[in-house]
Amino acid sequence: MTELQTLPAPEKLPSSGGKARAKGPKGGSRKRESRGTLAFSRGARIKALAKHAVLIIAGGVMIYPLLWMVVSSLRPNDLIFREPGLWLNGLEMGNYTDGWSALTHPFGHYMLNSAIVVIGSILGNLISCSMAAYAFARLQFSGKKLFFGVMLLTIMLPFHVIIVPQYILFSQIGWVNTFWPLIVPKLLATDAFFVFLMVQFIRGIPKELDEAARIDGAGHPRIFLRVILPLMVPALATTTIFTFIWTWNDFFGALIYLTDPEMFTVPVALRAFVDSQSATSWGSLFAMSIVSLLPVFLVFLFGQRFLIKGIATTGIK
Amino acid sequence: MSAIGELSSISRRKGPATAEEKRANRRDNKAAYVFLLPWLIGLAAITVGPMIMSLYLSFTDYNLLQPPEWVGLDNFTRMLGDARLHNSLRVTFTYVLVGVPLQLAVALLIALVLDKGLRGLPFYRSIFYLPSLLGGSVAVAILWKQIFGTSGLVNQVLAMFGITGPGWISDPSTSLGSIILLHVWTFGSPMIIFLAGLRQIPNMYYEAAEVDGATTLQKFWRITLPMLSPIIFFNLVLQIIGSFQSFTQAFIVSGGNGGPSDSTMFFTLYLYQKGFGQFDMGYASAMAWFLLVIIGAFTAINFIASKYWVFYDD
Repeated sequence: MTELQTLPAPEKLPSSGGKARAKGPKGGSRKRESRGTLAFSRGARIKALAKHAVLIIAGGVMIYPLLWMVVSSLRPNDLIFREPGLWLNGLEMGNYTDGWSALTHPFGHYMLNSAIVVIGSILGNLISCSMAAYAFARLQFSGKKLFFGVMLLTIMLPFHVIIVPQYILFSQIGWVNTFWPLIVPKLLATDAFFVFLMVQFIRGIPKELDEAARIDGAGHPRIFLRVILPLMVPALATTTIFTFIWTWNDFFGALIYLTDPEMFTVPVALRAFVDSQSATSWGSLFAMSIVSLLPVFLVFLFGQRFLIKGIATTGIK
Repeated sequence: MSAIGELSSISRRKGPATAEEKRANRRDNKAAYVFLLPWLIGLAAITVGPMIMSLYLSFTDYNLLQPPEWVGLDNFTRMLGDARLHNSLRVTFTYVLVGVPLQLAVALLIALVLDKGLRGLPFYRSIFYLPSLLGGSVAVAILWKQIFGTSGLVNQVLAMFGITGPGWISDPSTSLGSIILLHVWTFGSPMIIFLAGLRQIPNMYYEAAEVDGATTLQKFWRITLPMLSPIIFFNLVLQIIGSFQSFTQAFIVSGGNGGPSDSTMFFTLYLYQKGFGQFDMGYASAMAWFLLVIIGAFTAINFIASKYWVFYDD
């Protein structure tokens, strides 16, 4: 059984109100009972209120810089440095139009580049990681323990150890300033975290299901495609969402491999923006920062459930 | 089970193979290698091959244009006398040794407040988790640079109280602190792991302690902390490995040069400058291996020390 299954969904936990009521006195008249509940929940309510106060203040501090960036992106430049507050006197959309066309290409060009890399990476991770995971979770083969251990170790391997020779390799086959160095490693299941996540998930799928399919004459490709894959949609969704966010945010890889502005993804384009005119136009820089964060934010909004399960299970960010 | 737990238990799961297992073994062998093919190619071409090559390059002088020239231990002796490298180590160690415990402490604290049937938990969890997702992005690093700038948000707020703040990013004594703060700000993902861990502690322990009249603090020290120790260990190992590799924040905040006066020159940033700025690939490879040894040593120390403070319930 994996943790994925044993973890109760946080939403299903009883609320404090329900708990307090359950602990209230059972016998007695209706009046006494309600008074007892009230007395108990008053203490609990003060404690809960204190907790909410702490959380609201802490959460406010956490989120304030982000809100301030949103507001600043809608302010004229000269106000940004004088306004710590969040109120707006009219919308200033000029930052967005200026920022959008501040670099050699319109910002949409870089977003399209990022989208290509993201989609390639997602497909790569989904296909190759699920295949490897099926082998590790369901098949017996010589060297399994060794390979499984190696796979787990590669999760912890710092990428700096391989980046120099990788760069030399990719530059020698002429892949610098193409998207291949960013996509091909994903096609080869180098994000071992996802292999591990999927192994964990497949282990939680009852073996009887594949045995039944095998009795019906299915081979491994068919069991994998028709039985396992449809059942592991939650794990695939988690992989998709994390790959999206990581690849969209990836700066180091893009910085090394993409030096031609034509090929820039969003993070390197933003950085070029900083270099070109940070001193004068914070407003449009913030505007494009917001644009660059928007896809991540949307994925976060719709994929939260999977994100949280993914972290709780394997510790991926 | 976590990746780390899994790794330490691999050797323990050994048993003699039965005849049936051996038959299944032969039948599955071929299929398994077909399924593993992409991963195996990746392991060879993207991971192990480059590792061997980088080990070789660390003993050479190589600038991508001329063929590598064997120089023996020269790169490593150069590292011994490289003051900028020593400084980058000091910066990185400070970042890891201050930032990681601080971040985990905040994560645990908020997780404790969030635990057990608090109304609005999903909402709070989202608010606290969001920075974790955005924290590694260039956009947030840009934001940070502005917030802690001389006339940035922080100093605007301080000015409201009549305080003139320093130029946090431009002052060498506070610049690293600003980046550490950015790391602490992204406490959401360890927090979620803590929340999951807190859920696993059986309620009966707390009920028993309550019967014995334990205070809240006693319950925390005697029950929560020991029961949570495997999760703390897991977070610690992961965060240390990750923090040693931090790059984007320092790169953007310092404009790529690790300034002011090298105060944010992380080890990885220096490695990047050597390898991809000056194309001193031999030296960069030697540095990469040094980083691997450091991370390996930290992880090993963590595992050894864990025998004394990590408590397993099984």
